[in-house]
Amino acid sequence: MAEATCEVTICNKLGLHARPAMAFVDVASKFSSAIQVVKGKETVDGKSIMQMLLLAATQGTQLTLRADGDDAAEALNALTALVRRKFDEE
Amino acid sequence: MGVSPGVAIASGFVLETEEYRIPRRTITPDEVPTELKRLDHALAESQDELEKLRTDAVDQLGAETASIFDFHLGVLRDRSLIEQIHRTIADKCYTAEYSVTTVLRGHARAFLQMSNSVLPERARDIYDLEKRLLRHLLGERRETIEHLTEDVCVLAHDLTPSQTALLARSRVRGFATDVGGRTSHTAIVARALSIPAVVGVSDISRDVASGDTVIIDGNRGVVIINPDDLTREEYNRHIREYQELEHELEELASLPAVTRDGVQITLMGNIEFPHEVASVMEKGGDGIGLYRTEFLYLGSETEPTEAEHLTAYTEAIQAAGGKPIVFRTLDLGADKWSQARRSEPERNPFLGLRSIRFCLQHLPLFRTQLRAILRASVKGDVRVMLPLITSTLELRQAKIIIGDVMEDLEEEHIPFNRDVKIGIMIETPSAALTAATLGKEVDFFSIGTNDLVQYTLAVDRTNERVAPLFTPAHPAVVKLIKDILKAGRRQGIGVSLCGEMAGDPEYTILLLGLGLRTFSMTPPRIPQIKRVIRAVSLEKAAKISRRVMTFDSDRQILNYLREETRRIAPKAL
Repeated sequence: MAEATCEVTICNKLGLHARPAMAFVDVASKFSSAIQVVKGKETVDGKSIMQMLLLAATQGTQLTLRADGDDAAEALNALTALVRRKFDEE
Repeated sequence: MGVSPGVAIASGFVLETEEYRIPRRTITPDEVPTELKRLDHALAESQDELEKLRTDAVDQLGAETASIFDFHLGVLRDRSLIEQIHRTIADKCYTAEYSVTTVLRGHARAFLQMSNSVLPERARDIYDLEKRLLRHLLGERRETIEHLTEDVCVLAHDLTPSQTALLARSRVRGFATDVGGRTSHTAIVARALSIPAVVGVSDISRDVASGDTVIIDGNRGVVIINPDDLTREEYNRHIREYQELEHELEELASLPAVTRDGVQITLMGNIEFPHEVASVMEKGGDGIGLYRTEFLYLGSETEPTEAEHLTAYTEAIQAAGGKPIVFRTLDLGADKWSQARRSEPERNPFLGLRSIRFCLQHLPLFRTQLRAILRASVKGDVRVMLPLITSTLELRQAKIIIGDVMEDLEEEHIPFNRDVKIGIMIETPSAALTAATLGKEVDFFSIGTNDLVQYTLAVDRTNERVAPLFTPAHPAVVKLIKDILKAGRRQGIGVSLCGEMAGDPEYTILLLGLGLRTFSMTPPRIPQIKRVIRAVSLEKAAKISRRVMTFDSDRQILNYLREETRRIAPKAL
């Protein structure tokens, strides 16, 4: 078991709206690790589309990604890459 | 408003529709596993449905548009969300429906409150998904009404004709709806089935929880939820008294429908299902004055085949034992249209493509039914009646098709009665005003007062806000009926009346006085009408009807008729 944490900044223009959030959840769900996303005091399940949307993360929002499980490191690599690629949107 | 007499005491059964609020209802802890299973089932069904929708959308609309379903599917895969619904069921003991509604609406509200410009739109998707899930949850429940194990009182916002048709075969003892009027289709069916019914009780479907004890008092138009012991006892006594009255009326069944001055009046029954013929005969009816064939179309998802028509008709004819049966051809009207069949919504369905107009534009469907009626015509006293005729042209067109079908049968050596009597419903002002002309080309008339009143007074009988304006006592309606009867007499053809008015004892004396000799009504009303007929002479009735013709308002007419009826046949009202 491993735990990993990293920081990302939402850099696409529209922020974490439905489609990027779906993409995030899809990638997160490929891994067996539990994924948590933290924004300020809020912590949500990174595999839940509803909770990810309720974060209402706009462009420039700082998020902490936390993974807990056997593939924690791989999960975080894949997720940070997705965020940096602006969810392949722009 | 009570629309079908009688009293029923049974446990409530709330029939919900997707548009209406789901009541907050709790379940017992041992029901939790069942509710969880129902939820999972609805989730799986919704997922299958959405995947199919997305596949179709990709083909037809392109991947971009189809991606809207991805979000719906994404939400269905959201484990946290589903766990939240599970917990609402298991911890708070709410029904699956209510749990789905609270959890999803909570999220939708949160989306709506966000200042972000794109997220509030997602709320619409959540509502959409909620509806889909509820449809699967309720759809499942809707079917169970056919498999009830105990007697129930059904409570609903409104009942569609096909739902009402289901009630006929189940253990429904009474029903109440939020909307509807005296002549709405559901009210008619309730009376036909002798089930007490109350309509127009705002919010009744929301206020009652399934399982509550419900009293439906169709006589007073009252619904009582969870009555105390005293009320319950009072109603039990009431039920016993009512049964005694019924018993008294049953004795009337064997007595002839003869006026005091010895004139025989024909009393017939209106029916929807072949098995109702028996109840008409039990009540002392002289035949079936109106066999509504729509239920063959509404009861199933597919159009009935000729063989299906013939089976139903044969059953009815055999039960009638040689007495006449008037088969009205398909009269699917705006208020009876099943959702699935409606191709294009009409702005004004009552003035739209309905009834004979629909048949004349859908000849294969019309011919199938005509073939079956004609084939049945050798099995008993069968008559054909065409609804909603408004002109001679329409009548001639329909008769040409009947002639055509006869020729086909002849060529195929299938026996039928070539002299089968063909009549029409007089239910539009145009037909009433030209009855003298129409009468030359038909064997009989039947006055359909429900539509005649609606079209003459321009009142939608199912719209509760104007329903009080709907009355056969309006001087214009009375005058039209008088003229139709006169036209029939001059032409020497039979005229019957098969609207609600025929079964309302308040109008019996007036109709006799105007010259009506054949009444056709919902079977339970036959004894009551017979009681009035046996108490009055035609001479007296004629005098009363002449007096009625001098009045200028429906109020005046109705009050006068009530007063006279009370004097002549005190027990009838």
